[in-house]
Amino acid sequence: MYQSLEELIEDAENAGQPIWKIAADEDAREENISPEESFQRMKKMYLAMKSSDQQYDPTLKSRSGLVGTEADKITKRKQNNELLTGNFIGSVMERALKIAESNACMKRIVAAPTAGSCGVVPAVLLSLQEKLQASDDTMTEALYVAAAIGGVIASRASLAGAEGGCQAEIGSASGMAAAAAVYLDGGTERQMASAMAIALSGMLGLVCDPVAGLVEVPCVKRNVIGAVNALTSADMALSGIESKIPPDEVIDAMKSIGHSMAMELRETGKGGLAGTTTGVKIRQAVSGGMHDKNA
Amino acid sequence: MTLFDIIGPVMVGPSSSHTAGAVKIGLAARKLMRQKILSARIDFHGSFLATGHGHGTDCAVVAGLLGMAVDDERIPDSIQYAEDAGMRITFGACDLGEDAHPNSVRMFLTGDRGKTLEIEAASLGGGRIMITKLDGLSANFSGDFPTLIVHNQDTPGHVAEVTMMLKNNAINIATMQLYRASRGGSAVMVLECDQEIPIDQVRYISGLPGINKVTYYSLEES
Repeated sequence: MYQSLEELIEDAENAGQPIWKIAADEDAREENISPEESFQRMKKMYLAMKSSDQQYDPTLKSRSGLVGTEADKITKRKQNNELLTGNFIGSVMERALKIAESNACMKRIVAAPTAGSCGVVPAVLLSLQEKLQASDDTMTEALYVAAAIGGVIASRASLAGAEGGCQAEIGSASGMAAAAAVYLDGGTERQMASAMAIALSGMLGLVCDPVAGLVEVPCVKRNVIGAVNALTSADMALSGIESKIPPDEVIDAMKSIGHSMAMELRETGKGGLAGTTTGVKIRQAVSGGMHDKNA
Repeated sequence: MTLFDIIGPVMVGPSSSHTAGAVKIGLAARKLMRQKILSARIDFHGSFLATGHGHGTDCAVVAGLLGMAVDDERIPDSIQYAEDAGMRITFGACDLGEDAHPNSVRMFLTGDRGKTLEIEAASLGGGRIMITKLDGLSANFSGDFPTLIVHNQDTPGHVAEVTMMLKNNAINIATMQLYRASRGGSAVMVLECDQEIPIDQVRYISGLPGINKVTYYSLEES
């Protein structure tokens, strides 16, 4: 896996091959499988994302009762053409909620890069497939772009909320989705990197403060923010707007911000929203459930 | 780490550490038992105790004990499946000390052919796990490889006996760890291997003088 996005782009430019192909070939070598096998594996991930969207059950609530059933509210408003953001962003929002709610309700999802941020990449990719009428193979290529970007972030910084806060989860997912979106629109390697940098820059400092320690509040709604941020970042990059800070350095900034975040703000369920009066009340109501039920 | 740790795994939510990792701990315990599990006492520690119910950690561990994979949509209903399969489950709390990983669990299992097992394991994040103790003794292996755990007396030659057996069977060692409680006292070696070890070779090691106990963790379903 690459430690530097700059290096990945240079290798792609020197080889005259797209980023996704460089990443796919590297995976095949590391796993000792054929490039075709690697491609089929990635395609399976894309199809699993699709089914996580289609299998959404609008009647389900999470075990705590905090989340679930809300994507359906967006669907209804979208069907009536009432959304302020329009139907395309509407479908992105709807999918991000559906998949993140499904995760909280113990349905099958694809961690991308984590379970808590599982709605971002599919919300962007599935909605763009619909809009651009792209094939599943093209979408699989875009998913390689997302994976390669995520690999650089993982090697250089971290993808774990416990280490880097939410910026490492939703922020990384947003950067990965932004680069994949640029790929689908035919942008250059440099534009993909810029889109990642713009998306991640916008998420820097975001803390991981889950109420009652559960992957529910505010995680589900943050998947929407990550997905929409990915698309506006992609559009900026495709318009020729560049990140003034080079992509690798943005990732380094994310890492150092993560290190200076207090423990309370790194997935401990203590600070931020989790530490508010209401957050604490919810925690008290939710905790102990295991023993009430099974003791 | 590979690209499929970034995109993937396909799993039942909500948490790779508290749900998928918990399923994997159950699956590892099942592989160590290699007989029908009749009862399981499952005690949670730390974050597993505090947020386990909301994350479905309880049903995830049970799902693993039943042999369900991390993407099995029956995971939320596993406790009912266990009841139907005649597996008696009790949950409790434990404090494994400050050194224990916050996402830890201790289990006491009994099997239909008399085997009992006490296992401690931790979910390290991203679905990766570590089996930290077996029957109260240090183990520390990932469950990703066929693993040989040998408890022996701290006297010269036991490592050579084990590695010679592996050499003679063309088995490559992926990782190897050695610990001892005290000089000349009890010692543990944990070897993660790239190939499965034939069961008669495991028995051969258990029969050697100075070897107290041998546990073999195979990736193959019993």
